[in-house]
Amino acid sequence: MGSSANEIDHLVKREYKEGFVTDIESETLPPGLSEDVVRIISTKKNEPEFMQDWRLSAYRNWLKMREPKWASVHYSAIDYQAISYFSAPKQQAGPQSLDEVDPKLLETYEKLGIPLEEQKVLAGVAVDAVFDSVSVKTTFTDKLAEAGVIFCSISEALQMHPELVRQYLGSVVPAGDNFYAALNSAVFSDGSFVYVPKGVRCPMELSTYFRINAMNTGQFERTLIIADEGSYVSYLEGCTAPMRDENQLHAAVVELIAMKDAEIKYSTVQNWYPGDEEGRGGIYNFVTKRGVCRGSNAKISWTQVETGSAITWKYPSVLLEGDNSVGEFYSVALTNNRQQADTGTKMVHIGNNTSSTIVSKGISAGHGQNAYRGLVKVLKGADRARNYSQCDSLLMGDRCGAHTFPYLEVKNPTAQVEHEATTSKIGEDQLYYCRQRGLSEEDAVSMIVNGFCKQVFRELPMEFAVEAQKLLDVSLEGAVG
Amino acid sequence: MLSIKNLHADVDNKSILKGVDLEVKAGEVHAIMGPNGSGKSTLANVLAGREGYQITQGEVTYNGHDLLDLSVEDRAREGIFLAFQYPVEIPGVSNLYLLKAAVNSIRKYRGLDEMPAVEFMKLIRDKAKLVDMKPEFLQRSVNEGFSGGEKKRNEILQMAVLEPALAVLDETDSGLDIDALKIVAGGVNALRHEERAIIVVTHYQRLLDYVVPDYVHVLADGRVIRTGDKSLALELERHGYTEMSEAAASAIEARAVS
Amino acid sequence: MNDTVRAYLDAHSGAAAGLPGGAIPWVRQVREQGLARFSEVGFPTTRDEDWKYTSLRAIEKHRFIPAPDRPSGLTSGDLTALDIPGLDAHRCVFVNGRFAPALSSLDRLPAGLTVTGLADALNERADELEPQLGRLTPHNPNGLIALNSAFLADGAYVRVARGCAVDRPLELVYLVHANGQALALHPRSLIIVEPGAEAVILERYISTGDGDRYLNNTTTEILVMESARVDYYKLQDESPKAYHFGGLFVHQDSDTVVSTNNIAVGGSLARTDLAVSFNAPGAHSTLNGLYIGTGRQHLDNHTQVDHRFPECVSDEFYKGILDVRARGVFHGRIVVHQDAQRTEAQQQNKNLLLSRQAEVDTKPQLEIYADDVKCSHGATVGQLDANAVFYLRSRAVAESIARSLLTYAFANDVINRFALAPIRQQLEQHLAAKLLPADQGEVGM
Repeated sequence: MGSSANEIDHLVKREYKEGFVTDIESETLPPGLSEDVVRIISTKKNEPEFMQDWRLSAYRNWLKMREPKWASVHYSAIDYQAISYFSAPKQQAGPQSLDEVDPKLLETYEKLGIPLEEQKVLAGVAVDAVFDSVSVKTTFTDKLAEAGVIFCSISEALQMHPELVRQYLGSVVPAGDNFYAALNSAVFSDGSFVYVPKGVRCPMELSTYFRINAMNTGQFERTLIIADEGSYVSYLEGCTAPMRDENQLHAAVVELIAMKDAEIKYSTVQNWYPGDEEGRGGIYNFVTKRGVCRGSNAKISWTQVETGSAITWKYPSVLLEGDNSVGEFYSVALTNNRQQADTGTKMVHIGNNTSSTIVSKGISAGHGQNAYRGLVKVLKGADRARNYSQCDSLLMGDRCGAHTFPYLEVKNPTAQVEHEATTSKIGEDQLYYCRQRGLSEEDAVSMIVNGFCKQVFRELPMEFAVEAQKLLDVSLEGAVG
Repeated sequence: MLSIKNLHADVDNKSILKGVDLEVKAGEVHAIMGPNGSGKSTLANVLAGREGYQITQGEVTYNGHDLLDLSVEDRAREGIFLAFQYPVEIPGVSNLYLLKAAVNSIRKYRGLDEMPAVEFMKLIRDKAKLVDMKPEFLQRSVNEGFSGGEKKRNEILQMAVLEPALAVLDETDSGLDIDALKIVAGGVNALRHEERAIIVVTHYQRLLDYVVPDYVHVLADGRVIRTGDKSLALELERHGYTEMSEAAASAIEARAVS
Repeated sequence: MNDTVRAYLDAHSGAAAGLPGGAIPWVRQVREQGLARFSEVGFPTTRDEDWKYTSLRAIEKHRFIPAPDRPSGLTSGDLTALDIPGLDAHRCVFVNGRFAPALSSLDRLPAGLTVTGLADALNERADELEPQLGRLTPHNPNGLIALNSAFLADGAYVRVARGCAVDRPLELVYLVHANGQALALHPRSLIIVEPGAEAVILERYISTGDGDRYLNNTTTEILVMESARVDYYKLQDESPKAYHFGGLFVHQDSDTVVSTNNIAVGGSLARTDLAVSFNAPGAHSTLNGLYIGTGRQHLDNHTQVDHRFPECVSDEFYKGILDVRARGVFHGRIVVHQDAQRTEAQQQNKNLLLSRQAEVDTKPQLEIYADDVKCSHGATVGQLDANAVFYLRSRAVAESIARSLLTYAFANDVINRFALAPIRQQLEQHLAAKLLPADQGEVGM
C-alpha cells in the first residue's frame, strides 16, 4: 500500500518514559529457589505459621509441575534458579508515616505520576505503592477505616487480620492451580488486601501501583479482595518497570470474592517494560486472576488495558456460582515490535440465570503477536445462562499476527452462548477521510484506534481512561503500517 | 484559485482522466456533470489527494502553487474540502471529537492556537442549525448508523465548520429525498462566498435547481467536452449524455481531420 | 508403547508382505513412514489440544481384527435398499475396504474419467499415483491418519482428465459388511481433478448391520488442479455402534472452486478431519457441514483451512443438532499465512441443543499473519426459540411437530447450501425420521 505504509511505519518509534532506574539501597536475596528461600521470605515477613506451611506445600507442588506450553507465545527457557525472589528497599518495615519513607521512593512515584502525599493525590483514590517485593506506603487508610474498609498490604493483613487471610487466600486460585500460581503461592512477597464489609459502598477508588526496580528479581505479588454482602468496590492497578536488556518475571495472583449482592470492579492498566524494538528485555507477565461470584446477584467486572510486557499470559476469569450473578471482561491488548500477548478470560457458569459479557479488542503492530483465548463454560446445572462475546482485531503491518481462540463448552440446553470475531487491517478509507479533514496520519491512526477501543475505555474510571488513551498513543508510536 | 491543465490520471494502469482542463476562480460555483464512469469522482479524489491514482500528465495549481505535491492533510489545511460521495463510518469516534481534531490541526498549521472549548462549542452549535442537525448527533460516532441523508448533512456540517476556500462536493445529492436535498442545498448556499469556490460534482441536474452554478461542465470519457452556464444542465436533462457525447466525439474527430 | 499400539504393529507385520504394490519402493516408504509415525505417537489422547474433547479410550479397549480379504458374498440386490432415491450416479462400491467391481456400475463412464480400486491402480499403474499418494496428507499426521497410511491397500482411485466435465455425480460407496465381527478397516482413496475439469463426487460410509461395532479409519486425498471445479460430499451414516475416523485432505491450485459438504449422522464415535490447503492464488473454497447426533453419539468435526497464497476466499458454515445424550464437537481453524494478502475468510458454527443431557464444545479459531485481510468467525449454542414453539402451538400444531419443524428450519440454511438435490431430500427424510417423535426434549421446562 505504498507511501501510506511507510508514513505509518515511522510513527512507531516507541519511547518508554517509565524506563528509569531508582538508585536505592536494597536488601536482595541471592538468586535461587529452595525450601530455605521460602522459609526466609516467610520469616522476614514475620508470618504466622499456617502461612509458612502453605507456602512450603505450594513450593513442593510447584516442583512437580511443568510450565504450560499451550499459549501461543515463544520465549527461551526461564532459569528459575537465576532469579532473586526477594528484594526490598532498606528501610524500616511495617506501617509508617510519610516522612519515614525514603525520599527516593517518593520521588520515584512522583515521577511516575503517582504522588503519595494525600493532598496531592487525585481526589477519591487511595493508593498502595508496591516497590519490588514490598509495599512502601498505603494512603488514606484512616479515612477508609472510618467506613470499615480494610485496605493495606497483604503482609500487613497477615499481621492484623490473619483470620481473614487464612479464610480466603487460595480459595479462588488454589496453591496448585497452575505452574505460575504455585510459584507465586510459594514466594509471593507483597500485594494488596481489601475487605469491604457488608453493605458498604467503598467511599473511594482503591489502587495499587506496582513497580519493579531491582535487577534480576521477579515480582510475585498477591492481591486478595473480598466484597462482603451488598458491598461495592472499584479497584485499579498500574504497573511499570525500568528498561533492561534482561527479561524479568512477574507472576502475580489476584483473587476476588464477591458475596451476595456485592460488586467488584477491577481495572488494570498494564505498562510493564515491553522490551526494545528487537525484542531484547521486557517483562514476562504471567498472571493468574480469578474472581468468584459466591452469592446471588454478585457481579465481577474485569477491565484491562495491556500495552506493556514482552509477553503477557493472563486470563482474568469469573466463576459464576451465585444465581443471577454477572461476569464481565473488557480488554484492550496492544502488541508492537516483538511483543506477544496471549490473553482472554474464562467465564464458568455454575448458578442459574448467570450472564457474562466479553469484549476484547486486540491491536497488533510491527512484529507483535496478539491472541485472544477465552473459555465460556456452562455446567450442566446452570440453567438459562447467557454469554455474549465480541472479539475484534486490528492489524497494522504485514508482519504482525492476530489470533482468536474461543472455547465454548455447553452442557445445558437452556444456555445461549454467542461468540463473534472479526479481524481486519486499519481502514484505509477511514484514514483518508480523517486526513481530508486536516488530521495528520498519526492523529488519524490514534483517533481510529482509540475509537476501536472505546467500548473498553468507557468501562474504566475516568482518570484511567484518559491515561489508557495516552498510553495507547505512545505504544503505537512508530508502529503503524 | 484552481487551475487544472491537461490532467491525465490512471487507476491500476487504466486511464480514467484523459486531459481535463478547468479554471475556477474565487466566488464561483462550478458544476461538473457526466455519466457514470466519466471520471467525475476520480477528479474529486485527485484534487483531494487520495492515494492510488497515478498522475501521468498535466498539472494542477492552487493559489499559484503545485497542488499535486501536497499530502492529503496539507491540502485540507490549505483549504480544500471534499464532501465524500460515501462518507466513512468511524466507530467509537464522536463527530464532535473529529471536528475538534480537524479544526485544531488546521489552526495549528496556520500558526494559530487551539480554539477555546467554549468558542468551539458555540461554533458547532451555530453550524449544526444550518443543516438542521440535532445536538445529540454530535455525540454519536462519525457516520455510524446514520441514514444516507444524515451522512450527507454531516458532510455539509463539517464543511461549514472548516470553512474551506475550495469545496468539492462529490455526488452529495445522491440518495437524498427532496427534503434532505433542500437542507443540503440550503447549507451549501449559505456557504457561498466571494472568497470561496465550490465545485459540485453530480450526475443529475436536480441539485442544480437549488444550488445554481455559474458554470456547468460536461465530463465524458475523462475529458471536459462542453462548458456552458446553467442552461447546459437543463439541456442535458432533456437530451441525455449519450447524444451529447456523440456530438462531442464527432466534433473532436472533425477537429482531428481538419 | 502400549499394548494397543503393539497389537496394531503385530497385525501390520502379518499383513505387510501381501499388501498391493509391496514391491514398489515409494509405496513401501509411504507405509513405513505411516507405521513409524504411528508407533511414535500412538492414538491421540485428550491431552492433545486437537483431541481435548474426544477421547479414544473406547477404541483402545477393543481388539479389532483386520478385515478379511475375501468376497463378501453380497449381490447388487443387497445394495438396492441403500440407494439414495433420485440419485443417478456412476457408482463405485467398496466392501470392507476392498473394491467390489461386481457391485459397482461403472459401465457408463465418460471419456476422461478413470475410476478404479486403489489396489488395482497400484498394481497396474503405480507411476501415475506416485506424485500425489501420501503427499497430500500432513507431514506429521495424527496417529489415525498414520495408521491408515501404514495399512494403505485399497479404496478409490479417481482421475478426471483435463477439461472433462463429468456428466453425472460419482458415488463412492464404502460399505462395511462386518457380520458381527469387530473389523478394523483403513480405506484409502486418491482423487485427482485435472486442470479445467469438473466433477460432483460423493463419498458414502454405510454398513449392512445396525449392530456392528467396527473401526473405519479412512483417508481421502483430493488434488484439485488449476481452474477445476469440484462439488464434494461426504455422507457418514455408519452403524450406530461404529467408530469412524475420516481424514480428508483437499489441495487447491489457482482459480479452483471447491465445495466440501460434510454430513455426519451415523456412528457411535465419529470424527472427520478436513484440511483445505490453498497452494496457489485465487482459489475459492466453501466448507459446509451438518452433524446430527442423538442417543449417545459423539460427533466431532475438525476443519483447517490454510490460506498460503493471496486472494483466496474461504467460506465455512457448520451446524450441529444434538439430541438425547449426544455430544457435538466443532473445531475450525483458519490460518492466514504471512503474505497471503487480500484473503477473505469466514467461519460460522451454530449449534442446537435439544435435550437436557446433550452437549456441545465448539472452538472456532482464527490465526492471522497477514494484514490485508477480511476475516470473521462466529459460534453460537442455543435452543429452539420458546416463542416460536408457543406460536406454532397456538396455531394448533402439536408440540412435537412444532419442535421438529423448527429444528428442520434450523438445519435448513445449511442444507440449502448442498447443491445436490437427492442429498437434500435424504437429509430431510433423516431429520423427519429421527426428530419427528422427539418427545424426550425437556428444553425450556
